[in-house]
Amino acid sequence: MEFVDNFWFQLVLKLAGILGVVLTGALVVIYAELKIGSHMQTRIGPYYAGGRWGWAQPLADGLKFLQKEDLSPTGSDRTVYGFAPYVVMMATIAVFVVVPFGPDMVGANLDLGAFYLLAISSLSVLGVLMAGWSSANKYSLIGGLRAAAQLIAYELPLVLAVVAVVIQAGTMSLNGIVDAQQQTWFTIGSFNISAPFIIQGQILGFAIFMIAAVAELSRIPFDMPIAESELTMGYLTEYSGIRFTMFFLGEYASMISLSAIAATLYLGGYAVPGVHGNIVNLLGPGVLLTKVAILVFVIIWIRWTWPRLREDQLQTLAWTWLIPLALLNIAIVSIFKVVF
Amino acid sequence: MLNQYYGDYITVAVFVAIGAILVGGAVAANRAIAPRAPGGFKDVAYESGIEPIGGGWNQSHIRYYIFALLFLIFDVEAVFIFPWALQLEFFSSIGSGLTVLVEMFVFVGILLLGLVYAIRKGVLTWE
Repeated sequence: MEFVDNFWFQLVLKLAGILGVVLTGALVVIYAELKIGSHMQTRIGPYYAGGRWGWAQPLADGLKFLQKEDLSPTGSDRTVYGFAPYVVMMATIAVFVVVPFGPDMVGANLDLGAFYLLAISSLSVLGVLMAGWSSANKYSLIGGLRAAAQLIAYELPLVLAVVAVVIQAGTMSLNGIVDAQQQTWFTIGSFNISAPFIIQGQILGFAIFMIAAVAELSRIPFDMPIAESELTMGYLTEYSGIRFTMFFLGEYASMISLSAIAATLYLGGYAVPGVHGNIVNLLGPGVLLTKVAILVFVIIWIRWTWPRLREDQLQTLAWTWLIPLALLNIAIVSIFKVVF
Repeated sequence: MLNQYYGDYITVAVFVAIGAILVGGAVAANRAIAPRAPGGFKDVAYESGIEPIGGGWNQSHIRYYIFALLFLIFDVEAVFIFPWALQLEFFSSIGSGLTVLVEMFVFVGILLLGLVYAIRKGVLTWE
C-alpha cells in the first residue's frame, strides 16, 4: 500500500473528489433552486428537459450557454473583462481546500484554516469588482461598486463571528474545530455530554454568520448588486455565454462552500456522535453533505420568500446591528472561556 | 515523503490552478463550438435597449470611499483579535486571563467608539 500514502496520488484523489462535489453539487443546487422556487411561488418551473421532473434542466442550460457567442462590449477593458471569471472561480475552488469531509478527508488541514478561508473567500470580491469596472457599462459599474461595498460590509460580521468560534475551540484548524465540538462539554454521572458549538452558546454567532453568508453570496434579501428591476443584472449585465456560466457556477459553488463552513464551525461538521476511528472517514462526507443540504435549502427558502433590502438599509444592518452584535458575541464567549 | 509544510502550499496552489483550468477549458470549448460574428449592435453596451448616453465609466458617490475606510479599521482590528483569540486559553490557564480580556475590551471599545462616531456623523444615513 506504498502508493496510497504518496502525496501526489492523494492530491489527485482530493482534486477529483472536490471537483466532483463542487460541480455536481452546483448543478444539484441550481436544479433545487428552480424546483423549490417554483413550488414556493406556485410557478411551473422546469418539467420538460430530461423527461421526468425536468431533472436535466441545469445540464441543458449549461450546454446552451456553451454554444453562445462570447461577447464583450465596445470600449470594455478586454483583458480584465476576460480574467474576472477566472478570479471568481479560483477563489471559489480554493476555499474547498480546508473544508474537512472527514478526519483525513480534507484537502489540507492548515493550522490557519479559518483564517485562510476568510482571506480566500474575500478574494472573489476582486473578481466582481473587475467584472463591474471593465464592462464599460453604467449598470455594471454601479453593480460592481454596490457589490464591493456590500461584500466588505458583511465580511466583518463574518470574520468576527468566526473569531468567537476560534476562541471557543482554541484552534484555527477546521479539523481542530470539529474535534473541539466532540470534546466533553459537561458530565452527568458517568455520561460525557458533547455538543456542537451552536448548542454551546453560539446561537447568536451562527445567526450572524448565516446572515452575513447570505449577504456575501449577494442573494435575496441582499441582492442589491444585481437588483434586476433597476440594474438589469448588475456586474453581470454584459457577460454572456460561458463566462456568465462561470460566474453562475461560482455563485452556487460558494453557496455550498459557505454552508459547509457553517456546518463545520457550528453544527459539528463531519462528526457522528459516538462514532470514532476510521469509519468516520466513510460516514463523514454523507453527514457533512446532509447538513450542507439543509443549510442550502434554508438559503433558497429565504430567497423565494423575502423582499429585497434597499442599499442603505443593508449597509445600516451590517454596520449598526451585525458588527456590534458580533463584538458582543465575542465578549460573551471570551468571558465564558476565561471565567469557566 | 514530502514535507508537510510544502505539501500544504502545493495543495493550495494546485487547487487554485484547477479553478483557472476549469474556466480556461470551458472558454476553449466555447471558442471551438460557438459562432463568432463580432460587430453590429450586440457589441454596444446594454442600456435597456436604447443607445447608451455618455461613456461607461461615470463618477460615483464618495460614500463608498467611507465604507472602505471603515472596513479597513475593523479588518485590521480582526487581524489583531485572531492571535488573541488563539492564545486566550493559554493565558487563562496561567491565571492572567482577566487581564488579557480587559486589555482586548479596551482595544475593541476604542474602535467601537469610532464606529459610534461615524454613525452619529451620519455616514450611514442616505438623503
